[in-house]
Amino acid sequence: MSVVTLQMGQCGNQVGGQFFNMIARDTFDQSLAKCNVPRQTNQQFIDDVCERFFSQEEGSLKARAVMVDMEPKVIAMTTTEAKRSGLFQYNNKQQFCQKCGSGNNWAHGFLVHGSKCSQQVMDLIQKEAEKCDRLEGFFTLMSLAGGTGSGLGAYITQCVRDEFPHSFIMNQVTWPFYTGEVIVQNYNAVLTLSHLYQSSDAILIVENDQEQKICSQLLNIKKISFSDINEVIGHKLASFLQPAKSNNLTSNHLGEMLEHLVPHPEYKLLTMKTIPFMSENNIQYSAYQWPGLVKHLTQMLIANASMEEGIDWGVKLSSTGLAYNKSMANSLFLRGLDVNTVDVSSFKDGRLYPSWLPSEACLASWTNQRTFNKYEKSASLVSNSQTPLISLNHVIDKAWSMFTSRAYVHQYIKHGLAEEDFLDSFACLEQVIKNYKDL
Amino acid sequence: MTQSIVVQVGQCGNQIGFRFWDLALREHSSLNKTGLYDDAVSSFFRNVDTRYSDPADIPVGHGLGKIKDLKARAVLIDMEEGVVNEIMKGPLRGVFDYKQLITDVSGAGNNWAIGHKMYGAKYKEEISETIRRAAELCDCLQCFFVIHSMGGGTGSGLGSFVLNLLHEEYPDIYRFVMAVYPSHEDDVITSPYNSVLAMRQLTDNADCVLPVENQCENIHGKTQIFGEMQALVDIVNKINQANPKLAERKSSRGHVKAGSAISTGDGGIVKGKDEKPFDSMNNIAANVLLNMTSSARFEGSLNVDLNEITMNLVPFPKMHYLVTSQTPLYSVSDVHIPPRRLDQMFSDAFSKDHQLIKADPKHSLYLACALMVRGKVEVSDIRRNIERLQSSLKFIHWNRDGWKTGLCNVAPVGQPYSLLTIANNTCVHHTFSGLRDRFVKLYKRKAHIHHYTHVDNMEIEDFSESLESLTSVIKEYETLEKQINNPAPSLPRLQVI
Repeated sequence: MSVVTLQMGQCGNQVGGQFFNMIARDTFDQSLAKCNVPRQTNQQFIDDVCERFFSQEEGSLKARAVMVDMEPKVIAMTTTEAKRSGLFQYNNKQQFCQKCGSGNNWAHGFLVHGSKCSQQVMDLIQKEAEKCDRLEGFFTLMSLAGGTGSGLGAYITQCVRDEFPHSFIMNQVTWPFYTGEVIVQNYNAVLTLSHLYQSSDAILIVENDQEQKICSQLLNIKKISFSDINEVIGHKLASFLQPAKSNNLTSNHLGEMLEHLVPHPEYKLLTMKTIPFMSENNIQYSAYQWPGLVKHLTQMLIANASMEEGIDWGVKLSSTGLAYNKSMANSLFLRGLDVNTVDVSSFKDGRLYPSWLPSEACLASWTNQRTFNKYEKSASLVSNSQTPLISLNHVIDKAWSMFTSRAYVHQYIKHGLAEEDFLDSFACLEQVIKNYKDL
Repeated sequence: MTQSIVVQVGQCGNQIGFRFWDLALREHSSLNKTGLYDDAVSSFFRNVDTRYSDPADIPVGHGLGKIKDLKARAVLIDMEEGVVNEIMKGPLRGVFDYKQLITDVSGAGNNWAIGHKMYGAKYKEEISETIRRAAELCDCLQCFFVIHSMGGGTGSGLGSFVLNLLHEEYPDIYRFVMAVYPSHEDDVITSPYNSVLAMRQLTDNADCVLPVENQCENIHGKTQIFGEMQALVDIVNKINQANPKLAERKSSRGHVKAGSAISTGDGGIVKGKDEKPFDSMNNIAANVLLNMTSSARFEGSLNVDLNEITMNLVPFPKMHYLVTSQTPLYSVSDVHIPPRRLDQMFSDAFSKDHQLIKADPKHSLYLACALMVRGKVEVSDIRRNIERLQSSLKFIHWNRDGWKTGLCNVAPVGQPYSLLTIANNTCVHHTFSGLRDRFVKLYKRKAHIHHYTHVDNMEIEDFSESLESLTSVIKEYETLEKQINNPAPSLPRLQVI
């Protein structure tokens, strides 16, 4: 079962590059001794990963990806870096770029570039999809702040939904830093999210602020660059997208995962938490045990912490006291030694979930004996919970206050958007917030 | 990769333009060691084969062709021949094609009406042809840079005419204007008229205006320089104070690394002895243009294209006057002194001494601010500095986090990193108010009006309409600035039933 990755815009392409790099390194570049599995199982794993993410073409391993950007520099850089790694390559023919960017303007990306380029982009996607023996679905990487990733990304997602009504579509969206990468980022985010809600199956949210904290506090990187942040994102994505099996030996295909995580179409926002995160030097000195990892991860979920440091242990699962984070569904991915011995009952606690869902069904766990990215034991939690509410609220607040002053609105109207479209998007997202708050 | 065309009008415009091309060549020559004609060079230059009498254009192709001969994508317009002739006699003559020049003999006599109405009508066809030719040679034209002064006749009159033309014929291409505003004690008496008449055209037709201020002053009894830029004068003085030898252009063993000051043209084609006294000032303005386009030309982890600048910094259609500042001014050469700290660079960018107009943005309201960083700076440095500076700067309530960041990997010539801030700040209304007051002083008495109304098609209503336009722009900025301490109450959010 294969997944086709769509990398949209500068952010999408940069994250995509790191994502494939992480998978390739972990799968192909790992010594057998460290993997904790016999040779045959490892070979099976490698074959699974190849089937899922790569295709064998012209003698080299090509990523199943379509790269789209409105200006050529980023795609060129990403392709060169992939070639330099020696582990995989991007297919030069599966790239689409124009000369002129979208200028951080969602309307420009969606309406202008969308209608101009959709045919060609869809052709490339069609070609990539036909290469797959069995197509699981599409994984789109995009940002919310810019013009291409957000605007064109939303348009293409819609087209893909129309063209492939039975495939699963998961969009990984990068939430910009709170303070300024782009001034109109809040508008772009509101417009994108509201459109994605109609056409996508799941929206996986990754926040730059949080990833940067992981880099500075856990990985001890002094001067954090975007490629460091993207490496962390790549690690998180790979940790749950790589093959794993559930208790009854079903594989974690995209469809299986999404069917569990998104039981209701009004609740599509997903977030990821991964532990542990350590700098390379510290890995050899650490000894993590499963009970500890599970406990930390549970508390991270309840207290809404994004990493294992600075967790607020005061938040408890009780109706009195501090409010805790409620979830719709959780998927746990355990990789490494002794995964079969792990006790995951803390995630099955009924208080974590709304009363109208049977708590037994709310947790799905997937395991793989093979270690991931040099960590002896690692755990990843993908949850459909109230975590994104704070950021979402914040963004809508800002966007609304800008909208009431009508600031920058003329720039969007210039390209064909109307004030009603803004209002529709605001209304859609307010509904989403209310739904999650009422969990 | 997109291309840009530079249109330089009038004496001032051509002098700044001339420095711009010199510095652009310097930058590309220091970065492009292999001499290949790639996309970055093609954004401002054409590669031509001069064996043909009409030099044949060589496109970028795979980016592996060697540079044969570079021609600037520029149009030079002046109504008197002095400046353009000097350029064509000087060392940069090979960069310009004679077909890109439009000149006349008699000049515009510091009269906006002659520049705009008379010469405009006379040369409209020719200008339109020349620009069309330049535009056709571009693969994907993204914007026009128009450089001119506001106080004179040609620059302000014909310059604003050209702007109108560009708006009409190329409505989708962005128009950036670098306008040099006159000072309080400008020698040209009618400069307030010329400026206000031109401002109205700028308000209506430009996408973005970068005002640079021009104030005449007798500096420390040294040679009085004609029509100089006070803000820039102050900046150059600061650089010279750091190293007095720099002013005499001797090789500096002292504090400042040779060739690193943003006011120097060292390393360019024009050699030291040919440099004119006000070249230092023009270099600073030229550097602004280079740094602004650096992210569009070179690679970086957070690219900022020119259309993103207009998108993010112009919240309302008429409020497109942007204040710029550049740091650091120079880099220190003595290896024992640690390099000027990165954070210092960010703090300096917001001090009033580094702005290119005489204004104090810290005490006014920021509507939006863009930080264009070049060189070895990481995103965490930028974030840290934004957090640090956020508290001392006042942003309008609906744009409290109104920062746009751009990161370009390629450092400018002679410095490890640099920062260009482009901000939309309400402090510009002080400059404009001063301009309006000087205009009204003359207009009340109808002084010199007859020189203007003599010209065909020039009506007295042009004056009053221009004054109205200027007043409304000032009022818009002032209204926003009033919100500096009491923000307007915002509507409550949509409620879900």
